[in-house]
Amino acid sequence: MIPLSWYLILAALLFCIGLYGVLARKNAVAILMSVELMLNAVNINLVAFWRYFTPGNISGHAFAVIVFVVAAAEVAVGLALIISIYRRRKTVAADEINLMKW
Amino acid sequence: MTGMQGVFLFAAGLILWAAFMMVTRQNLVHAAFYLILALFGVAILFVLLDAGFLAVIQVSVYIGAISIMMIFAVMLTRGDVIEEDPVNKNYGWALLLAALFAFGLIILVGQWPAIASLPGAFDTSRDLAAELGVALFSPEGFVIPSEVASVLLLAALVGSLVVARRQKGK
Repeated sequence: MIPLSWYLILAALLFCIGLYGVLARKNAVAILMSVELMLNAVNINLVAFWRYFTPGNISGHAFAVIVFVVAAAEVAVGLALIISIYRRRKTVAADEINLMKW
Repeated sequence: MTGMQGVFLFAAGLILWAAFMMVTRQNLVHAAFYLILALFGVAILFVLLDAGFLAVIQVSVYIGAISIMMIFAVMLTRGDVIEEDPVNKNYGWALLLAALFAFGLIILVGQWPAIASLPGAFDTSRDLAAELGVALFSPEGFVIPSEVASVLLLAALVGSLVVARRQKGK
């Protein structure tokens, strides 16, 4: 039997690795990949709470499915933006895309 | 240590190792493959949590669609596949913030009284996919969120087509 804390700690660590990737990576595609890691950490938590506290109620699954949908939409728009930026600026380095920087 | 715990520890180690390799690789194609490995580890966890249907969605949506789109994007933005330096100049702050966040989250989790709770009995003969379908489309359930999600998907589809389309005369 696996205590709930194992899942929560794993999700916390995975979320923080993703956070580091978002803040530190230069390449915009790598930043999007790190956002996927963070969303997955959230999903682990949602499903673990569903299984441990309300296995009779399907809401935990519904939340996780909505997270899947949002992740797919986010990746589609994000990659379209990155490809568009690459076409105009010939770079996808996040620190060189500073057109709107104050 | 039971077999379940062994599988969990294997999956956890796989996820954390693959995630760490993903955020530190210079070559973005390698990073995408490590991302696939990490997502596969999460699918193993879903199976351990008796959420088999979500594990199938995880494999088909995340690994089958999202990761492939990532690889497409890496290929289409070919100039930067191998960066000299994968991190920006603020990576020290990012590392500090992520470490503090992990530390704080683990302390918070440790203080919570329900933390050591074990899973209750689970009826494995339940048809979770059917239950989920009913919940997503019944008015007492999540019909409005799922309709909003489908509008969001449509908007994302049209929006990404408009954004990524080649402009005339360019």
